[in-house]
This record gives sequence, structure tokens and C-alpha cells, in this order.
Amino acid sequence: MAKSSNAQRMHLDVPLLLGLGLLSGAGLVVLYSAGGQDTALLMRQGFRLLVAFGIMVVFAQIAPRHFFHWTPWLYAGGIGLLLAVLLVGDIGKGAQRWLRLGSFNFQPSEMLKVLVPMMVAYFLAERPLPPSTGRIITAAVLIIVPTLLIAQQPDLGTALLIASSGGFVLFLSGMRWWLISAVVVAVASCAPLVWFYMHEYQRLRVLTFLDPGKDPLGSGYHIIQSKIAIGSGGLHGKGWLNGTQSQLDFLPERSTDFVFAVFGEEFGLLGIACLLAAYLFVVTRGLYLAMNTQDVFGKLLGGSLVLTFFVYAFINIGMVSGLLPVVGLPLPLISYGGTSLVTVMASFGILMSLHSHRRLLSH
Amino acid sequence: MSARNKTYSPARSGFVLCLMSLAALGLLWRAVDLQLIDKTFLQRQGDARFLRVVSSPAHRGRILDRHGESLAVSTPVDSIWVCPPTFVTERHRWGLLEPLLGLDEAALERLILDRMDREFLYLKRHVAPGLADRIAELSLRGLHRQREYRRYYPSGEVAAHVVGFTNVDDVGQEGLELGFDDRLRGVQGSKRVIRDRLGRTVEDVERISAPRSGRDLVVTIDRRIQYVAHRALKSAVKRHRAKSGSIVVLDSRSGDVLAMANDPAYNPNNGAERTGERFRNRAVTDVFEPGSTVKPFIVAAALETGWVVPETRLDTRPGLFRVGKYTVRDLRNYGVIDIRSVLKKSSNVGASKLGLSMPPGRLWRLLSGLGFGNATDIHFPGEARGMLPSYHDWGEIHQATLSFGYGLSVTPLQLARAYTAIATGGWLHSPTLVQTRERVPARRIMSERTALAVRNMLEAVVARDGTAPKAHVPGYRVAGKTGTVRKPIPGGYADDRYVAAFVGIIPASAPRLVAVITIDEPRGKEYYGGDVAAPVFTEVMSSTLPLLGVAPDEPTLLAKRIDLSEDPAVLTGAPSRRPEPGFVEAAWQPGDFNRGPEQWNLAP
Repeated sequence: MAKSSNAQRMHLDVPLLLGLGLLSGAGLVVLYSAGGQDTALLMRQGFRLLVAFGIMVVFAQIAPRHFFHWTPWLYAGGIGLLLAVLLVGDIGKGAQRWLRLGSFNFQPSEMLKVLVPMMVAYFLAERPLPPSTGRIITAAVLIIVPTLLIAQQPDLGTALLIASSGGFVLFLSGMRWWLISAVVVAVASCAPLVWFYMHEYQRLRVLTFLDPGKDPLGSGYHIIQSKIAIGSGGLHGKGWLNGTQSQLDFLPERSTDFVFAVFGEEFGLLGIACLLAAYLFVVTRGLYLAMNTQDVFGKLLGGSLVLTFFVYAFINIGMVSGLLPVVGLPLPLISYGGTSLVTVMASFGILMSLHSHRRLLSH
Repeated sequence: MSARNKTYSPARSGFVLCLMSLAALGLLWRAVDLQLIDKTFLQRQGDARFLRVVSSPAHRGRILDRHGESLAVSTPVDSIWVCPPTFVTERHRWGLLEPLLGLDEAALERLILDRMDREFLYLKRHVAPGLADRIAELSLRGLHRQREYRRYYPSGEVAAHVVGFTNVDDVGQEGLELGFDDRLRGVQGSKRVIRDRLGRTVEDVERISAPRSGRDLVVTIDRRIQYVAHRALKSAVKRHRAKSGSIVVLDSRSGDVLAMANDPAYNPNNGAERTGERFRNRAVTDVFEPGSTVKPFIVAAALETGWVVPETRLDTRPGLFRVGKYTVRDLRNYGVIDIRSVLKKSSNVGASKLGLSMPPGRLWRLLSGLGFGNATDIHFPGEARGMLPSYHDWGEIHQATLSFGYGLSVTPLQLARAYTAIATGGWLHSPTLVQTRERVPARRIMSERTALAVRNMLEAVVARDGTAPKAHVPGYRVAGKTGTVRKPIPGGYADDRYVAAFVGIIPASAPRLVAVITIDEPRGKEYYGGDVAAPVFTEVMSSTLPLLGVAPDEPTLLAKRIDLSEDPAVLTGAPSRRPEPGFVEAAWQPGDFNRGPEQWNLAP
């Protein structure tokens, strides 16, 4: 029990840590293949993983009350940064997402993934639950403002993710079912309106999702190639480093957003089942931790962060396998790249902090 | 109700778990759908994206001369092609190609942007492999190389007309390259390969069929003789400012074509020179009226009848001879001469009288047997057959003009073939250009006695007082015949345009070679075959015979072999239509001469 008590003293949850480590390890294995067996690329990603785990550990040490007290200020700062991005941000790949701080590029929208559920949970935890309709509306505003700012960059994937993370807090706060239904109906009826506000490339993505064969060499290329990659993997997969679609460079973005297709091609249906199981394990363990936090703020925030993580993975896998339209979201913990990795690990750090500090709070 | 109870009510957490499980099951079902149900289809789609059947090039067979020297060889080169829609994505790097391909960006833009709907476009054909390597190192997307073979002709213009050339796709266009394309052409192989998205071959999977290179073609040409012949002809054409010229050298014992050259020629390695009528292998494709060069065959035909002997005398006075409304003329009045002198002086009057003394059928049979009017067996593309009208259509005047070489047409090669009969003692050898197992067997056309007699007479032509003393080759006896042929123009014959021809047989005592030289429209002072064409023969033979190791056969250079003085058989016939009785065999009916109206014009 020495180890366990050590972990407890470090405010870390061992099963969750193991699940996260498993996914990250699988990620490195796939990346070695997807990145063309480039060791340098692997080293960079390994370093990022270390940094991200470090951040998680650091966040786990911070007591929930500190998070609670800083929340309004952090949220306000995040909104300010989003405005700054729109005004002075760098443009990359047709979107204005980056803020340059010296040599360090940084995407404020990533922070909001954590800050929005924090703010909503902070706001709702002030009063007894379930929240009144008026408070729900205020909370909705807290969600919609950053969502719109991010959608403006444009970054629809992140905006959706942020909206849903806020929504999860509202849902967990015990919002009435009739109200939930009303919101769902309202959102659904707004969908045609959204079409008008979408950029051309976003519309194209939706159209491509509906009929990828229409332009197989243009907009449909990504999704056709990735479906072929997954499908040709079969039950057992072609084996590590043997995926033809990915190794022969047919699959675009294969180490970032479409890494799941490489995984599917090389490890087959069995591999995918294991990967989904690993994600489910992380999520259920996360939900268990969230349920066992002691205060309302912790429950709302922890539950929302875990659900958001699940949605994150779900959207990516759904998009790569052709179930959902293409939105530029990486596969958490597996895709190459540091920004989302840091956010995800930071939120798990917060979750661990929320859970492990309960006894200290109860004393 | 406490906050704690409200949040995470069992119902709500159960709902969340249900939703998540459903979502996970949805993803799993999707994976099953793709990986088990659509697997075959998607796998085939995947294979179609990287498995490609590509052709592996096969090189063309070589063309070799009789000693194995190369006349045409294939060297590997690369062609650079692009897929415009992909290549255009590298537009910012197009500038890199300029120093390598000499195509600047503006030119590339014109080339590529107009052809965006195509997936294959040659950027440059046939670049050296080293340069292609450097281009490939740029690894521009959408730019590919393709192995091809380029034809190279080591002997350049010397053998250009015989060998011909191929086009950029390695398909024969002219000459033997065209005529024997099927044999020379390789058969492309095919193999299945794995290619990545950029079209780079990653791995060979299986070979479907092996490339088979074309078979070599060995020709009868001797590159050394060809060179000598080409050079001599070229300088003669230049010296006499002639329009064109041809030379054919045959091995008279086998019919092998040892050399065949024409001028103007072209360099087959230089595409820009391959223009207009330079291509034509005139020795085979162009016909001319053989003129006096046909007279030895008239004499042979007459000798074959047995009614005349070489010493038989003919009256050619006064140097002209009326046939109907036409007059046959000699250069001057040769008086009463024997048949030997008819050839030596090239008397048109004498030849006409001899020709008219024979039944047309007999004359026709010999000329036709010698191959006039029939293609040779060399199977050269574009070969002309020449023309020998059927004797049923001959009128008297035609029989007369035919006797000195007008009213029929031959190619230089056909003429050379005919002379093999005189060289070999009566055997006609079919010319051969490509060495094959089956040769067309030689045919006996005339008796050995006749052939020897004519050959003997032809030696006099090259004597000091013959028409071709310039054909004398030191150390060797030469039998030959000149021809100076007026060229036909619409409505008659030109007064100032000639074909100067010479046919020679050497060494006369035991012939090895027959050569025909024709010079078309010499524009200098000289235009006689003996002045223009005969020196080419001398030049070619003085180097060729030692090359072939033929022993000299002339005992003394000044030997006078012809004695003209007295001969008992003098033919004193007036310029009448018919030769005297007694000269003519009884079986022959005089009416034969008069058959046939004047439908047959002198102009071809």
C-alpha cells in the first residue's frame, strides 16, 4: 500500500493514470508508423507527453478551492485573449487561432476548453441546484460568448467542443428534462440558420460528409482514403508498419487528425475494440472520480471535463470513419501535436485534484 | 432536496452512461461495418490505389553491317512527364527546372495551365539519364520519369537512306527501320508494382511478362564500302552541282548489296534534318530511263538469237535513222561498225537497228527476265518497280527507242541487278540487303557465251577510245557502260537536263562487283555519264577492291584489246525500216514491226 499511499499523497489516481499512460503509449506506437518511422518526430511527441504529464501532476497538487476562487478571473482573462487573437493573432491555414508570445505559439481557445466548464460550474455552484431558468440563461450566455468568439476564428470543432463542455455542466446540474428537450429542439431548428453563417469550406465539409464520392480527388479525398484505410485493415489489421494507405502516403494528415485510420488499418477491428475499451475505461474511471468529489463545483466540473474528453474522442473517431462530417479535431492522447495534449492532461490534473482533495476538505 | 442528491441522480448518471455506451457501440459498429462488411470492397479500393501494372521498356534490336559493325543502336534515356493537376501544386518551385530543362516559368505556365484536364503530359522527351537523375532529385510532386530508348546511328548520314530512322516513340519511320520494324521492335514487358501517392515505385510485386528486346538485323552492307561510296558520290554531286545522285554496289556473285548511298543525305541523329525529300533512298525509290546503259542487253538479246556475232557489222550511216516520223540520231556518223563498236561508241542508230531486228517478244522476254518492271526482293519500303511496257503495246518506234533505253524506267538497283547477269556469265542474282537464311536462287537469263561476249565488249567502253576512259581503275580490268539520258519533260525531252549514269563490272576477268552510279541533272560543263558518273566508279573501286583483297587482273596498263579493222560480216542496210534479209531469221515476220499504233509516247 506504500505505493498507493504515495500516489494518494501526490493526489494522483493510479487506475486513471494507467489508462492515460496506456493511451499515450499506444499513441506513440501508432505515430512511429504514421510518421514514416521518424524517430525525431517520436522524440518530440514523447517530450510533449512528459511535459503534459508534468502539468497534470502540477494541477493535481492545486487545491480545488484555488481553482474555485481563480475561476472568474481566469475566465475573464481567457475571453480577453480570445479578443486579442481576433485582433492581432497569427493566421495559419486560413484561420486566426494563434497568439505569438515571443517564440512560443499559443492557442487561447484551448484554455477555454477548461475555463468554460469551470466558469459555468462556478456560477451554478453558488446557488442550490437545480438552477432556475434565469440562471440557466445567464450560464448559457457564459457559454455562448466564447463559443461565438472561437467560431469566428474560425474553429468550429473547438467551438462545438466548448459549447458542449458548458452544456454538460448544465446537464449535470439537474436541468429539467423538458428544458433540455426544448434546448435540443431549438438547436436543431437553428441548424439551417447555422448553414448561412458557415464558411464555404465548412459547408463543403458537410456536403462531402453527405456524399464523399462526389469529388473523390478533391474535398472527398480525405474521407475516402481514411475509410479505405480502416476498411482494408479487416479483423486483424495489416500489422504494425504495414498499412499500405498510410505508409504509401495516400492518407492525408495521418499523424494528426487522421491517425485513427492508421491505427484501424494496421491493427484492425480487434485493435479498434481495444482502443475504444481503453477510452471507455478512462472515461468511466473519470466519471467515478467526478461522482466522488465532495462539493457541487467539483462534481459539475469533473463530470463535464470527462464527458468532454469522451466527446472529443467520439467526434474524431466518428469523423475519421465517416460517421460525422470532418471537423478539425485531433484524437486526444494519440494524435501528434502538443496543444490539445496539454489541455487534456491539464483537465485530468484538475479532476484528480478535485477528487483527491475531498478528505482535506471534509476535515 | 440537497444539491448532492440532485446532481448525479441515479437516473441521470445512468442516462450519461447509457449515452456513452451507445456512442461507443456506434463507433464499434462503424468499425465492424468498414472492416468486416465492406472489407473486400475497401481492400480492393485500397489495392487499386497502390498496385499498378506498369510496362517495362524493351530496347529495339540493333542494325549491324555484314561485319557486325553497328549502324543503329538503342541507348537508354529518360523522358520527363508530369500530371498537370498535381504538378501545379509545386508552382512555386517550377523555377528549379529552368537550369535543368531550359524551360522558364512562363513557358511552363503556358504548357501546364492549358492542359489541366490531362493527367499525362510530356515535359521533355529523351533526356540523358544523369540529367533525369538530377531532375528526379528535386522530387517535385506530379513529375515523373519514364525509361525509354533512343536510337543512335553511329554512321550518321553515310548509311542514312538504307537504315532509315525511328520517331521519338521508337517506331520505324523510314528505311530498314520501317521495313523491318516488326522484327526490330521489342515487346514491352509488364509488371505489378507498389506505388505511393506520388507515383514513386516502392516495390516490385510480380512480373507479369518479361520485356523482350527486339532482334538484331544484320544487313549485307559493308560499312567501309558504304563510306567510300557515300563520300565519292557526295563530292561528285557537289562538283557537278547536280540535283541528286545514287550509287549501288552489289556483290555480283551473291547479289549482296555492299553499299547503297544517295545524295542529298541527312543525319538521322538530328531530327531537324529529317525533312523533305532527303529521306528518299533514291537508289530504290526513284526511277529513271536507263538510256544507253540498256544497250548491252539489246546486244545480248541479239547474240542469243544466234543471228549475229560480235563481229557482225552494222551500217550506222549517216548517223541518223528514220523510224516513222521520228529520227534516231547518233552524236556523229560512226559509219559501218561492228556490234562491239555499237557499245563502245554507244551508237543509238546501231542499237535501234539491232533491236528492230528481233521479234518484240524475244526482246521483251530478256528485258523482263532481267527484272525490268519487277520489284527486287529486298523488301525495302517505298521500292519502285519501274516500268517495262508489254511488247503487245510496242510500236516500231518504241522498239527502236527501247533499244537505246527510252520508254522504260528502272531504279538504280534494278539496273545493277540486270548487270549481275553479264557479270556472272548469265545468272541473275537477286539483290539482298538483309542477311537471311533463304536467298532467292539465281536464275539463268542468258547463255554463258553471250554474257562473256557482252562483258568482253563492255571492256572496250572503258578503253581510251571508248565512252568511259575515266572509269579506268589502275590494276584492274573494268567492263562498263555509260548512259547520258535526257530527262523527260511534259511533251517531250529536255535539251539541257540529263541523268548521267555509269554501270561498271570489276574485275572484268572474274567479276566480283557491279556498281551503278547515277547523277541527276549535272549543271556543270560536263554531263556525259563517262565524265560525271564514271570517275565515281574509279574512286570507289580503287579503295574497295584492295579492301576486299581482290587481286589485280590487268597485265599491262596499255594493253590494247580491241581490234576494229576488218570484219567480214558487214551489214550494209540502208536506213530502212527493216534490216537486210539474211541477217534476219526466216521465222520472223516483217509484219511484227508494224503492230501497235503510236499510242505510246516517249514521255513517260
